Amino acid sequence: MTNPVLSVQKINKNFGALQACKNVSLDLRPGEIHALIGPNGAGKSTLIRQIAGSLRPDSGLIRFLGKDVTPFGTVARARMGLGRTFQISSLAMEDTVLQNAVLGAIGAAGGRLGLFKSALKDTASRNVALEALTRVGLQDHMATVTAELSHGQRRQLEVAIALTLKPKAFIMDEPMAGLGAGGSKRLTGLLDGLRTQAPILLVEHDMDAVFALANRISVLVYGEIIATGTGEEIRADPQVRSAYLGEEE
Amino acid sequence: MTRETIINTALVIGLLMVPLWAWVADEPFIITLSTKVAILALAGVGLNIAIGMGGMISFGHAAFFGVGGYAMGILASHAQSYTPVFGLFEGSNSMPVIWLAALAASGMAALGIGALSLRTSGAYFIMITLAFGQMLFYFAISWPAYGGEDGLSIYMRNGFPGLNTLVPIQFFAITCALLAGALLFAARLAKSPFGLALNAARQTAERVETVGIYPLKLRLSAFVISGMITGLAGALFADLNRFVSPTMFSWQTSGEIMVFVILGGVGRLFGPVAGAALFIMLEHVLGGLSEFWHIYLGLILLCVVLFARGGIIGTLAGRGVAHD
Repeated sequence: MTNPVLSVQKINKNFGALQACKNVSLDLRPGEIHALIGPNGAGKSTLIRQIAGSLRPDSGLIRFLGKDVTPFGTVARARMGLGRTFQISSLAMEDTVLQNAVLGAIGAAGGRLGLFKSALKDTASRNVALEALTRVGLQDHMATVTAELSHGQRRQLEVAIALTLKPKAFIMDEPMAGLGAGGSKRLTGLLDGLRTQAPILLVEHDMDAVFALANRISVLVYGEIIATGTGEEIRADPQVRSAYLGEEE
Repeated sequence: MTRETIINTALVIGLLMVPLWAWVADEPFIITLSTKVAILALAGVGLNIAIGMGGMISFGHAAFFGVGGYAMGILASHAQSYTPVFGLFEGSNSMPVIWLAALAASGMAALGIGALSLRTSGAYFIMITLAFGQMLFYFAISWPAYGGEDGLSIYMRNGFPGLNTLVPIQFFAITCALLAGALLFAARLAKSPFGLALNAARQTAERVETVGIYPLKLRLSAFVISGMITGLAGALFADLNRFVSPTMFSWQTSGEIMVFVILGGVGRLFGPVAGAALFIMLEHVLGGLSEFWHIYLGLILLCVVLFARGGIIGTLAGRGVAHD
């Protein structure tokens, strides 16, 4: 079997008496979409923050592209090729859509940031940004100030910025949240095609999207992964049904 | 043309025409006032890079203004007395040399102060930059070699090749050219990849990290650039007065530079020019009416902060238009 692109090994994280992550292990293999689901407060976002590098685990290992990245911060992991989208849109609200996307392209290009040439006139990063915006369907809103975008469009922009990074793995924290049926469908189609470019660790509440997309699903409840498997297996798992899926019926 | 462009053009014309008129009408005092506007605007352009682009509310830019001033004072006083500076090298009374020294010294000061201060943010950042400014203020007071509390007089204005800097209009031309250069630089910086990232880091540092850029490096570089421009203004200000004193380091100086930026419009390219021009006009007009003209300045500032958040430029030009 091929080596996983990203693997989380026995991570623990406590906030005082609260165990936010209990011995969590999961991996992300090339070409797959691995969905992480769980009820609110299960610790999904805490786990994502530890994988992205903005939070250190108390113990355990995170390996990315075969390298132990546990001591690395967000920037180092991003430079290695970890593309993250945020649950609560984290965008430069005063800037235009294009400026936000170009920022991603500039970051991805690495190296020195020029002081004199114009960022938006640089064709290389502009093209990367345009391509990403077109893929998410924001090509008609490039000059719009981000604060004026709808909630759903902000989600699309989040994904577009991650695309400009041309990452080796995507970490997406609820990209569908707040999207209408049309937007959700469109994004589902996009993510479906994206997995061949880089595998996706997908945190999502939209179960239709999860079961339509995910090669594997892990279920996180109270900081613990209670099951990992294909959609069929998860649906059939009695523990998952009682802990999570059952409650929704 | 946007309204902001029209206002900026009007400001440039005003800043050039007033001294030219004064030159023709033989009003050297007006030329000197205009020179002061240009120099203080330059200091504001520096601070505006920190506040407007970087979101770093520095209440200690007098430190760089003063370092620039003392760079001039120290070099020129040694040139005056034909003694070496710190026993190492000769002084200088050439403006370009002094400017380079002022840029280097204030840049180094900004690097040190920035590296320590940027560990904090918000109110703590304001306080720590204020503290550094005050440290340099008291250091200048207690340094007898360069005049201590009394300051240091330089009898001759420093020279610039090919010009007679004692002629007010010629010195004005020099300061104006430097201001124009700084404005051009700031305009390009704002649109550059560095400026884009810095601006984004002000709004959401997390995003900038996620695309693989260190926000702290961006802020520190911007803080150094900002301090250098304000330091250059300090050297010119000292040359304008032919006098350097610890007042340049005082927190009131930091406050005044901040007032130029806020009056004119935070983050607006020409904000500091408008702010410094209004400040000097008020000082001149109101100062003639009452010794306590700062009360009126305070009222105006209060109105700007309460009712006209974008300052003069923001109010006249409307909200900022996004580029491209």
